[in-house]
Amino acid sequence: MEDFSDLLEQLYFTGSHNAKSALIIDYLQRTPDPDRGWAIAAMAGALRFDFFKRNAVKQLMLERIDPVLFEMSYDYVGEMSETVAHLWPASASPGAEGLPSLGEIVTQFAEAKRTDVKPLLTKYLDAMTAAQRWALIKLGTRGLRIGVSARTMKQILAKFGDTDVAEIETLWHGVAPPYSDMLAWLEGKADKPDISEEVTFHPVMLSHPIDEKNLEELQPKDWQIEHKYDGIRVQLVSTANGKALFSRTGDDISPSFPDLLQSITEHCVLDGELLIMHGDNVDTFNQLQQRLNKKKPPKKLIESLPAGLMVYDIIADEKQMLTDRTLDERHQLLVRFIERSRSDRLHLSQPLQAKDRDSLQQLYARASDDTAVEGLMLKRKDSLYVPGRPKGLWFKWKRQPKLVDAVIMYAQRGHGKRSSFYSDFTFGAWQDDVLLPIGKAYSGFTDEELKKLDNWVRRHTVGRFGPVREVAKELVIEVAFDAAHPSGRHKSGVALRFPRFHRIRWDKPANEADTLDNVKALIES
Amino acid sequence: MHPQHWMSVESPGLYCRPADLYIDPMKPVALAVVTHGHTDHAMAGHSHVYATDKTMAIMTTRYGEEMAESTQPMRYGESVMLGEADDPVRMTLYPAGHIMGSAQVLLEYRGSRLVVSGDYKRRPDPTCLPFEVVPCDVFITEATFGLPVFTHPPIEREVDKLINSLQVFKHRCHLVGSYALGKCQRVILALRQAGYHKPIYLHGALIRLCELYQQHGIDLGKLVPVSEIEDKSTLAGEIVIAPPSALADRWSRAFPDVRTVMASGWMQIRARARQKQVELPMIISDHCDWPELIQTIEEVGAKEVWVTHGRENALVYQATQMGFKARALSLLGYEDEQETG
Ligand SMILES: [Zn+2]
Ligand SMILES: [Zn+2]
Repeated sequence: MEDFSDLLEQLYFTGSHNAKSALIIDYLQRTPDPDRGWAIAAMAGALRFDFFKRNAVKQLMLERIDPVLFEMSYDYVGEMSETVAHLWPASASPGAEGLPSLGEIVTQFAEAKRTDVKPLLTKYLDAMTAAQRWALIKLGTRGLRIGVSARTMKQILAKFGDTDVAEIETLWHGVAPPYSDMLAWLEGKADKPDISEEVTFHPVMLSHPIDEKNLEELQPKDWQIEHKYDGIRVQLVSTANGKALFSRTGDDISPSFPDLLQSITEHCVLDGELLIMHGDNVDTFNQLQQRLNKKKPPKKLIESLPAGLMVYDIIADEKQMLTDRTLDERHQLLVRFIERSRSDRLHLSQPLQAKDRDSLQQLYARASDDTAVEGLMLKRKDSLYVPGRPKGLWFKWKRQPKLVDAVIMYAQRGHGKRSSFYSDFTFGAWQDDVLLPIGKAYSGFTDEELKKLDNWVRRHTVGRFGPVREVAKELVIEVAFDAAHPSGRHKSGVALRFPRFHRIRWDKPANEADTLDNVKALIES
Repeated sequence: MHPQHWMSVESPGLYCRPADLYIDPMKPVALAVVTHGHTDHAMAGHSHVYATDKTMAIMTTRYGEEMAESTQPMRYGESVMLGEADDPVRMTLYPAGHIMGSAQVLLEYRGSRLVVSGDYKRRPDPTCLPFEVVPCDVFITEATFGLPVFTHPPIEREVDKLINSLQVFKHRCHLVGSYALGKCQRVILALRQAGYHKPIYLHGALIRLCELYQQHGIDLGKLVPVSEIEDKSTLAGEIVIAPPSALADRWSRAFPDVRTVMASGWMQIRARARQKQVELPMIISDHCDWPELIQTIEEVGAKEVWVTHGRENALVYQATQMGFKARALSLLGYEDEQETG
């Protein structure tokens, strides 16, 4: 624990990235397992549980100091862990007794019964120096911020093991603290940990929005062209040890989609779009939404809105990782995989053919009219599966948003740093001479525009309902959105997907804004 | 008579009416007693100044021979009578343990005793006599580090950090920010005591005060002005001491791979140290930490404690909890962490 505390102390006061990296590598080289692995987890924010709650620390402190003096001190220091580190009554010879190793401390807290946590914490705080107390509290509440992000830590590990950071990325979710197997591999003392049987998330490859320049430069023959489906990006993992469905950020959403997972019997890691599918027919995003975030979806819902996967990539086939194969190769393997799969819920995302840029433009135009998709995906055929958002390999070419002119009706204050501004707006469309709300938007404007909007709201308030201000029906905004759906929940009978500010029409008279009929005409059947 | 009837806070500073005397005034006055040479206590331009001879020497070093119209050096324990002959104020100076020459001021008038501690500390300091407990009715204490989060570690431990760092970072120039008066000399002495006998390099602003200390018999070892070093790359692995304001200066850019060190009681608060881009904070203070403030209030045992110079609220609260009558004495112009923390 002493070494770990010293390391944190040095990292805290070290500004340069390289110097931090050198300190950590030095620590990894001279520290045994499992201590160094726990240190990695703590610094990278990968510890999976709190040792104790901040409040428990505070309570213990208040048993030892006058609350007024505590408040004054906290106020001055501005940070709880450090306040406690300094205020905790020091023993006669702090740090002299010798503390257990970091690994032992982690184990003790992990295994402590609820009622034992406070006495354990007290014992250590008593025996420690202020710097060690600070380290323990930061560690135990998972509040270490010493300028080493998870990403930085992976880079440092790559340097430590003289390997590529992508190797660490692919491994990261499949290994767990204290990472002894990974560290042994990085030191050349063991093989790369085999995570093929782990039911674990593999970081996904993401695309960039395409721009004019990219479009001009690309040769269609080098690119795999696919529809961009209007569902959610997921990763399906199936091994002998179990099956799971992950969101693209690694959240496990398996419980909401048991039907899809049950259909899979092969060992695989698939990348695709989660959709509601009736046979080969894709249902709307609106329908998919009904199945999201349901921990225990009712049987009837599952039957009426079956989940399917539009698969566009294969990351592992049986135990074979395919991330170092080209997209071309992976696609061949994917086609064969889907052919032999026993699941009826897997659908191949069919590549589209464009022999030149004109036909590509035509594909795009058709995709824009197709209600089940929201544009095209362009992927270099020779691209390896690179986690993260590598440049120039995958592009998304979204169809143009739909636009309506709507009138601002209500405004509400935002959250966080926007909490002093009216930044959430409800807007409506005309039905005869009445405005009916059709949606809410809180993005798409610049900071400058936000100030102007806020000012406008304050000067045009005509009523107040709690935090909400009703404003004069005078200001028109051009609202962009991805799709319009019929809605029973809204009085207007229509709901917009991803509405956001496109332009503020300070110039446009409110009576020239769109009618509700105009808006409903944009609903896709 | 209770001191509250004959002491007040005026715009130049703390004032004793029957003696027409200011203590550490920050504007030129006719009659002043100066507790010690720090710039938030000692200024030039008073007509007549009382202080210890060492404080006088510091003031002369800093402000020149013309620093006051007339001066009257006093020894510790020596008294002078001020004010009306038939209604006098008796003033006596006692050691404060803060820096060389620092004194507490005892004022006795109509049967009551008031002690102005000035700045003080309780840790051993080879450059000055230790703080002396002077019984009194009202004790005016500083509160620079008047919060329970402040507990200063032993200076030996902090200096070891620097010496270790010199071993680990053999090729980096260790640039130590330190106040010119008191702190600088104490850090040098502690380094010498820890067995560091190489030359120590000094920023120009520190040289005269170090010489003054050496004239007063304090052996600081070999000191070299940085300006005498032609080839600054030879400062790799050496200690250079500079005033804190010079740390981020142009001046230090020529030095090889600077490691920024800072010696100050404020270094205890991490965020503060990091804010100043200090890589190696050394918690070394010439003021009392919280336990020492409390210890002193207890030992002096004055019925009443007036608190000034720092975080008064917490100490007033604490003294009240301890059963003393306590209040904050708000003095203008005394909040200057930059110079004396
Ligand atoms: Zn002072
Ligand atoms: Zn001072």
